[in-house]
Amino acid sequence: MATTLAKAAETVEYAARLEHVSKSFAGPGGQQLVLDDISLDVAPGEFVTLLGASGCGKSTLLNLVAGLDRPTVGSIATDGRPALMFQEHALFPWLTAGKNIELALKLRGVPKNERRDKAEELLELVRLKGAYGKRVHELSGGMRQRVALARALAQESNLLLMDEPFAALDAITRDVLHDELTRIWAETGLSVLFVTHNVREAVRLAQRVILLSSRPGRIAREWAVDIPQPRRIEDAPVAELSLEITDVLRGEIRRHGQH
Amino acid sequence: MASTETTSAQDAGSVEAGLDALETTAAGRTPFAQTFKNKILPPIIAIAVVLVAWTLLYPVVDNPSKLPSPNDVWAEVEDQWLKGTLLDYIWGSVSRGLLGFLLALAIGTPLGLLVARVRFVRAAFGPILSGLQSLPSVAWVAPAVIWLGLDNSVMFTVILLGAVPSIANGLVSGVDQVPPLFLRAGRTLGATGLRGTWHIVMPAALPGYVAGLKQGWAFSWRSLMAAEIIAQSPDMGMGLGQLLEVGRTNSSMATVFLAILLILFVGIAIDLLIFSPLERWVLRSRGLLVKS
Repeated sequence: MATTLAKAAETVEYAARLEHVSKSFAGPGGQQLVLDDISLDVAPGEFVTLLGASGCGKSTLLNLVAGLDRPTVGSIATDGRPALMFQEHALFPWLTAGKNIELALKLRGVPKNERRDKAEELLELVRLKGAYGKRVHELSGGMRQRVALARALAQESNLLLMDEPFAALDAITRDVLHDELTRIWAETGLSVLFVTHNVREAVRLAQRVILLSSRPGRIAREWAVDIPQPRRIEDAPVAELSLEITDVLRGEIRRHGQH
Repeated sequence: MASTETTSAQDAGSVEAGLDALETTAAGRTPFAQTFKNKILPPIIAIAVVLVAWTLLYPVVDNPSKLPSPNDVWAEVEDQWLKGTLLDYIWGSVSRGLLGFLLALAIGTPLGLLVARVRFVRAAFGPILSGLQSLPSVAWVAPAVIWLGLDNSVMFTVILLGAVPSIANGLVSGVDQVPPLFLRAGRTLGATGLRGTWHIVMPAALPGYVAGLKQGWAFSWRSLMAAEIIAQSPDMGMGLGQLLEVGRTNSSMATVFLAILLILFVGIAIDLLIFSPLERWVLRSRGLLVKS
């Protein structure tokens, strides 16, 4: 993993580069602009969170970066095909936890005799040793998201896109998974683009928080977060910055009520 | 810094282990006594009730050419068994039915996949396929005999026309019900085109497909019996439909009853031995079967 990172750092200076990206969909009142002129770089190994209220086009943006959809205007370049994690675990219920990971390996072209060991390794990384043969419905919500994370990591992509992956979890589990994600991010040297509407979560995790305005989604402001990791969501500096961001976010939302 | 990092990581790990233990419950197997009470006993009682009602009704009707007694039918079983023809009748129909069903499977599966995945094919053939499902395939017996003559190909034609639409439609509805999230997840993993169909769409559609197979078998069996009763010829070998017709021409109500009971019995047996376990396995492995 460390070697791939070094290689990536030599050849490209970004994990993802968005240049003047706009996206509109055909809506009831003609074309509806969802994203407006987004330009954004994610550096190799960087952890960026995209923060915004409903209607800011966060998920649309991730779909574009993931290559599931094309921008109406502008260009998106990524260093290889990014991995994507969803709010729902999106694990395939007809496969065991281990086989879900192995499918990702298989589709990437990993030879059959190496898959099992790799899958076990990845499960160990998300601290689910022994869950290999478990069916998806036998796992708790937090365990499912960890298997989903392991499956995303199995793609050995340089960029991990996360679409509110912890939003459906209870607060205790979410807290622990924040610690896990921070640890795995530090261990693997991945770049992460993490979408959320939870301000504290954004500050807890990221090196850089980007605030999107809503309808259409535009970059409103961004903050560098230089609080040292490991952080906790209750830490005073996290709370302080969260407060500042929340005020700006509320200001953005308030504008929509005025007309 | 390094030491706090490791302790906090260890801490997270142990908290996680605790959460995992709290949130998962071990699933045990149901004890046999309970399975017997809930699953096996009720059908036995149902059969007993039918037999008792039949026995009580027999003296009321008091006409063996209309209603034979259970004993008459049993004597018929013994008689056919001693003649050595009972198993031939059953096997004749079952082998035709299963072979026809396998053919229907081989045709219905790719057809269903095409209809489900190719928009033009769906628009063109989708409604016809649904319509064929409600057309009793017995309707095809007469034209099939005229086109193909009186031999086994008539049987297979009728089975195919009965079962292929069910299997194809089952697969189509299975594919339609695949959650879009699975398709998106598959695409990000690199499962597109045929690989997507094989690794994501087909397994995700399996519950609907199996339901289609189950119905397809029922239609196969039903169509075959109708064809066997209608199309009679010495070249066609023996089958339960022929047995029923033999009973009718000999005015032996016991034989007719025997044939009807055997048709019912085989249909239930194949379902219980093949399709129900298959369906249960598919649903249980996905956590879709709620234990009652």
